[in-house]
Amino acid sequence: MPDTANILQLESLQVHFPIQGGLFDRVLGRPAGAVRAVDGIDLSVGRGEIVALVGESGSGKTTVGRVITKLAQPTGGKMLFEGRDMTSVQRASALRPYRHRVQMIFQDAYQALNPRHTIFDIVAEPLRSLRLVDNRKQLADRVSEALASAGLNPPGDFFARFPHELSGGQRQRVVIAGALAVKPELIVADEPVSMLDVSIRAQILQVLVDLRHKHNMALLFITHDLPLAWLIADRIAVLYLGKLVEIGSADEITFQPRHPYTVALLNATPQMGGDAGRAEVPALQGEVPSAARVPKGCRFHPRCPLAFDRCRQEEPPPIEVGPKHLAACWLAN
Amino acid sequence: MIDSSHHKASLLEVDGLSIDYGLKGISSRAIDGVSFALRAGEAVGLVGESGSGKTTTAMAIAGLLSPNARVSSGEVRYRGNRLPIDDDAAMRPHRWTETSVVFQGAMNALNPVHRIVKQIAEPCMLKLGMSRGEATGRARELLELVGIPADRGAAYPHELSGGMRQRVMIAMALACRPSIVIGDEPTTALDVITQAQILKLLGELRSQLNLALILITHDLSVVAECCDRVMIMYAGRIVEDGAVSEIFAKPKHPYTRLLIDAIPNPANGKKMIRPIPGDPPNLLTRPSGCVFHPRCPSAIGICATEVPSLEKCGQGRVACHLHRSSQQDRVSVHA
Repeated sequence: MPDTANILQLESLQVHFPIQGGLFDRVLGRPAGAVRAVDGIDLSVGRGEIVALVGESGSGKTTVGRVITKLAQPTGGKMLFEGRDMTSVQRASALRPYRHRVQMIFQDAYQALNPRHTIFDIVAEPLRSLRLVDNRKQLADRVSEALASAGLNPPGDFFARFPHELSGGQRQRVVIAGALAVKPELIVADEPVSMLDVSIRAQILQVLVDLRHKHNMALLFITHDLPLAWLIADRIAVLYLGKLVEIGSADEITFQPRHPYTVALLNATPQMGGDAGRAEVPALQGEVPSAARVPKGCRFHPRCPLAFDRCRQEEPPPIEVGPKHLAACWLAN
Repeated sequence: MIDSSHHKASLLEVDGLSIDYGLKGISSRAIDGVSFALRAGEAVGLVGESGSGKTTTAMAIAGLLSPNARVSSGEVRYRGNRLPIDDDAAMRPHRWTETSVVFQGAMNALNPVHRIVKQIAEPCMLKLGMSRGEATGRARELLELVGIPADRGAAYPHELSGGMRQRVMIAMALACRPSIVIGDEPTTALDVITQAQILKLLGELRSQLNLALILITHDLSVVAECCDRVMIMYAGRIVEDGAVSEIFAKPKHPYTRLLIDAIPNPANGKKMIRPIPGDPPNLLTRPSGCVFHPRCPSAIGICATEVPSLEKCGQGRVACHLHRSSQQDRVSVHA
């Protein structure tokens, strides 16, 4: 696929956070370690495409989102937006056009909204700071439009209200409206529904899916919930300890997973239909190791029920196991 | 499930329980006429959204109601004896020895400055009158029981992972050999793989120790994994109660059906999950009649005016006018 078809491309993206050693370590000249939060990720998002980034806590999924929205600086690799290298752009003035096109939706709507600002001011904030409107009339129109797109109708009713006057679902819509106000081409949504009650979730997901249909907006959906990822996304990328272990179409990942970690995630997901259709594999033991001490070889091998000698020595590269379906596992061959 | 023949075998009976919370002179009803019975060794899921009253119901049973809660009617009986659920001091002998709770946020529930073995030993000393040595031995046994090597008992909570801390919470809950353990969203803060491990552990302990388990959760699929029976709550009332297999296959209450449809299930093919229309109920302005009627797609005239009672229906119970009339019709046909 040519680069221009992708709105976003990550190439060997790396984010290492240095560990500040103690005085003792420094005197002895011990090398400072690093938390390898993101450790070489290749991922692309096409125009109008919905890609889900799935992983457990500590997998680095949120850090990837923060790099894309320029809230964290990568320590290696590249990030291309429409083919343009954005990796080292840091000046606020240079970033302004980028921020206009890439927006983020945060998980916790209670914390993402300033309790002392009205809904109007919250949604108007990015329009003002990115200087996208010329006058008050335009500002009011854009805010109305954003609130309506996020399903807050009639928008005028919400202008003068404060976040505490709204329900959880409405608050999350305000967060979405804030991101939509600037008409971005890519939205990074970090667990946008995990704080919400089940009955509200579907409404929020519907809003996100509609945006893609109406505005051809691309979405990177960060979640820990595989069935949810399957439902909303075109493609799913599964992250383990800073690296992609498997990527493919939502259906292939859900119904023909090839990496043992993906299989384990699917098996661990509680299902309403009971155990029918579950692969016969032993449950995973233990927990995700610390990103400061990444295991040698395949980083999943200490927990993998199928690991053999090679897995302990050599890190498996992504192997094509189907059309646009890659799995980083020696057994996927 | 609640017919009279079972009443004698019930470990716990909640009978018409209503609890109000007072706030600045306004009182709002958190649970409204909740009735159910729990048998020894039974695992029941208490499912509902925020504000459904699931936590209030469970905390009333555990004797952990907050000071501004007022029991306005009904009672809770444990092995046939009425529990003084609104009397903090009188509930003390009941707490932990008969009913214990595994709380959600293990990091907040554990004391950060004490070693975990000491924290588990504490209830054994206070409640069972053990000496420090005996209690420590018991704590070490409990750690092994929940899958933590006893030597890890010297660790402080921050040295443990989230899953391990939740195991410590379970060990504490089991310390005084209760017959009922209440899990208040015990796996909500955990990753899926850790969640599966904890649910499996709870299931094993339950059959090993013949525990009755009340699992409070907003996640129906968690209940499907590890409970026999589920009670669905909405705005302070139980709307449906029945065997897990039955409720998921054939939900009777429209709310239950909508809840199930709101969860993505790859086994059912790719269809967008359906939102439940409307907003969650405001407990200060409770709707008349059936509390769910403003959001119910199948509501009929009577739903707005008359409160449907929770009545026996098949193997379970359901509070829905639609169900009552259809059942009556069927009865008359058979007659």
